[in-house]
Amino acid sequence: MATQHSRSAARLMMAPAVVLLLGWMLVPLTMTLYFSFKKYLPMRGDSLANGLDWVGFANYARFVTSSSFWPSVYATLVIVGGVLVITVILGIFLALLLDQPMWGQGVVRILVIAPFFVMPTVSGLVWKNMFMDPVNGFFAHVWRSVGAEPIEWLSQASLPSLILIVSWQWLPFATLILLTAFQSLDQEQLEAAEMDGARWPQRFVFIVLPHLSRAITVVLLIQTIFLLSIFAEIFVTTQGSFGTKTLTYLIYQRVLESQNVGLGSAGGVYAIILANIVAIFLMRIVGKNLDA
Amino acid sequence: MFLKNALRAATALSLVTVGSAYAETITIATVNNGDMIRMQGYTDDFTAKTGHDVEWVTLEENVLRQRVTTDISTKGGQFDIMTIGMYETPIWGANGWLVPLNDLSAEYDVDDILPAMRGGLSHDGTLYAAPFYGESSMIMYRTDLMEKAGLEMPAAPTWEFIREAAAAMDDPESDINGVCLRGKAGWGEGGAFITVTANSFGARWFDENWQAQFDQPEWKEALTFFVNLMNDYGPQGYATNGFNENLSLFQQGKCGMWIDATVAASFVTNPDDSTVADKVGFALAPDTGLGKRSNWLWAWALAIPAGTQKEAAAKQFIEWATSKEYIELVAANEGWANVPPGARTSLYENPDYLAVPFAQMTLDSINAADPTNPTVKPVPYVGIQFVAIPEFAGIATEVSQEFSAVYAGQQTVDEALAKAQALTTDAMEAAGY
Amino acid sequence: MARAVTTRQKTINSLAAWAVGLLIFFPILWIFVMSFKAEGDAIKTPLEVLAAPWTLENYGVVQERSNYSRHFANSVILAFGSTLLGLLVAVPAAWAMAFVPSKRTKDILLWMLSTKMLPAVGVLYPIYLLFIRLGLLDSRAGLVVVLMLINLPIIVWMLYTYFREIPGEILEAARMDGATLHEEILYVLTPMAIPGMASTLLLNVILAWNEAFWTLNLTAAKAAPLTAFIASYSSPEGLFYAKLSAASTMAIAPILIMGWFSQKQLVRGLTFGAVK
Repeated sequence: MATQHSRSAARLMMAPAVVLLLGWMLVPLTMTLYFSFKKYLPMRGDSLANGLDWVGFANYARFVTSSSFWPSVYATLVIVGGVLVITVILGIFLALLLDQPMWGQGVVRILVIAPFFVMPTVSGLVWKNMFMDPVNGFFAHVWRSVGAEPIEWLSQASLPSLILIVSWQWLPFATLILLTAFQSLDQEQLEAAEMDGARWPQRFVFIVLPHLSRAITVVLLIQTIFLLSIFAEIFVTTQGSFGTKTLTYLIYQRVLESQNVGLGSAGGVYAIILANIVAIFLMRIVGKNLDA
Repeated sequence: MFLKNALRAATALSLVTVGSAYAETITIATVNNGDMIRMQGYTDDFTAKTGHDVEWVTLEENVLRQRVTTDISTKGGQFDIMTIGMYETPIWGANGWLVPLNDLSAEYDVDDILPAMRGGLSHDGTLYAAPFYGESSMIMYRTDLMEKAGLEMPAAPTWEFIREAAAAMDDPESDINGVCLRGKAGWGEGGAFITVTANSFGARWFDENWQAQFDQPEWKEALTFFVNLMNDYGPQGYATNGFNENLSLFQQGKCGMWIDATVAASFVTNPDDSTVADKVGFALAPDTGLGKRSNWLWAWALAIPAGTQKEAAAKQFIEWATSKEYIELVAANEGWANVPPGARTSLYENPDYLAVPFAQMTLDSINAADPTNPTVKPVPYVGIQFVAIPEFAGIATEVSQEFSAVYAGQQTVDEALAKAQALTTDAMEAAGY
Repeated sequence: MARAVTTRQKTINSLAAWAVGLLIFFPILWIFVMSFKAEGDAIKTPLEVLAAPWTLENYGVVQERSNYSRHFANSVILAFGSTLLGLLVAVPAAWAMAFVPSKRTKDILLWMLSTKMLPAVGVLYPIYLLFIRLGLLDSRAGLVVVLMLINLPIIVWMLYTYFREIPGEILEAARMDGATLHEEILYVLTPMAIPGMASTLLLNVILAWNEAFWTLNLTAAKAAPLTAFIASYSSPEGLFYAKLSAASTMAIAPILIMGWFSQKQLVRGLTFGAVK
């Protein structure tokens, strides 16, 4: 269908976006790669202008042998996985609920999507202080009012607390996408199944879920991309203590707190590799699922 | 707001036409502590005097550190004045990143700066940052509860006495904890507190050859004592309590004792915020009889990054903000208890200020701190609650995270110390020691 | 489509949905309530907080201390500027991908998305050094470009999915009638694509408004948006819940209101090609 002419026009039209993103990826990536093989301690007076010492793979070796490395991979996976599971399951439930006829549907929708508009910093701060604070937080007051000992959320249940905060922010997104998918669900097919005597769980598993699979895939893909790099929520709540140091946070700690740019850059390269593994993995499932 | 801007513009204009210096706009990065916010409120006074305008970048402490450190180490030149502490100043000064403050005017009277502060903000005898306020740490305790317990706080108590007093004052029924101390991770939070506690138990971060010392018995003794004290008589969830959390607990009358920054004294004795304002006594931070008390030394100071185009205006600002006149300005408007403390000798010779209940104890605490000789055993470093090397902030934050995990009951003292030893050794190797 | 639903059923649905909606919205509502309370009251139990007198004091303090209008203006410029610039770059690319697809289209799309996975903290130093060299620190122009680049993959993908839903036959017909490429885009494609572009714009304005790493680290005073404004109210000494609530309300209210007014577009538009 496409002519030679339209093909080259198409290439021309894609060029700006591709070139810009390539630049945005390659320039920092090249510099990160360069730094990762160098001893770069800015606080010790190392700078690009003075020239940096070559240290081979020392930074790479040091980054993975650190006792914080594997726990950080674990924390990353738990947070990303936890949020994905929660948002998808609750998202399906919510979308299903919002799709039913009701009074004030518009207003309820607004209430449900509102968290999406809240800055991650604000939501981290608000959850940490106004809700999870073990002395003055909302939850602590509620717990005490029923005579229970308040939970120390961000130390005793640090990972679940973070998952809760991040899920709260991303649930609206999942809900919205799943809701749009529900709205295109073939009601006649459902009704036919109902008449054939299929119970609700059966109808859900055999008709609704397959229909949603595409939407779920999109939710998983987009959220994974954003969740792998969450930072603000951890920065304002636990600062990486109590096992909440994700890979991103570990890199932050190496670069900015320890002021070891070489070491942090090596960590950055590992994170890029991890991201690409995830990307390839996602492309496999998504690619199949998105082909129309 | 509009009126204020208009006024500011008018004063600036009149000065330009009359005065000699031309007006500049300087950008100042500062921390969102109460004294700095108050200083922001007086900016108009500075503008009226000099004609220079000020752009404030007020940030929370962690964000500020991240921001100014990136900027100074890359020579980004975003700020004309940075608010930094006693930890950063000597390191940055040594790197040649700060403008030396060796030509301040005669009326500024640089010799009036408290010797401890001046020493801590200098490198090789050159002052690199002017202290806006300085602090040590001391014990703040409830006089009423102490009396009820039938005890009397010595002027210079031991840690054993603190434990005894905490046991006597602890009253879970009435929601009163014997003692509130920092357990929050972060080198400037719980990390600072456990370090000074360890100092008083004879522990040290490094030996003379820069070998980490967490495998030594003194650290174990100090950490074990702290954990037992807090588990027995401390508040629930102290693993996440820092300065601010403890301040709030103490103000609400939930602590018998609180050992923390001397600047807290003006908050806990302020009847507007504190329910126990008239029942607070002060004492020197405790020791164990080994010759070192567990008090620190810190200053928030103003420094000029090398390379700024507005050095002259920046110096004028620093001279204004850390001057005797500024202190008088605040005293006249908000009372002596609210002036920035701990920076100038003359403040502690002023009878008006000495009438403030915590003034003398603050000065005594500051004088009891010696950054050049912080520990019982010899060390190769300067700094009491920190080690003035660039790697310390990163290391100590990670170490304090391990300790906070102990406070939260997630690992044992031995596990935490072993991890601290390993990660400190590793980081020091990475830094080339 | 429309099924007969009993009033009873509808009532149960409504109750359940309202309960869940309020539960999810509650933290925001609570910030709002607290922002009108005195600092000393804000730490009390929830019932005491509600009973405490209402006050505008916190908004006064925040207004006095910070230059809200400048932060707000910067946020608006950055969010809309970066998104509009992004649309400018993305529309041709998405058009080409949707209507002249090749074997590699999907790979290019997913590669674009994968650039979003680079951890920002890891490249802070390189970007900071680059910005110094280019003189872009604390400039709105520099940040607009960075935010545009961050969101570009999402913009391209969203537009691509909308464009793909436009039937190719219409374009064929236009071409038969002798429309040039230019006219085809302007008169045929654009009107059909406007709803999709509107939701893309909305979503990316939200994402750019909330971006808190680059906007904080690449600015000082002049270009700092509301994310920096918030950073001056988090965890100061003393009590801060009420002032933090007031500042938070001021930072999220504009985008929340915009979102509410446009929620129809957002609800309809946010498919990412998930619906076929």
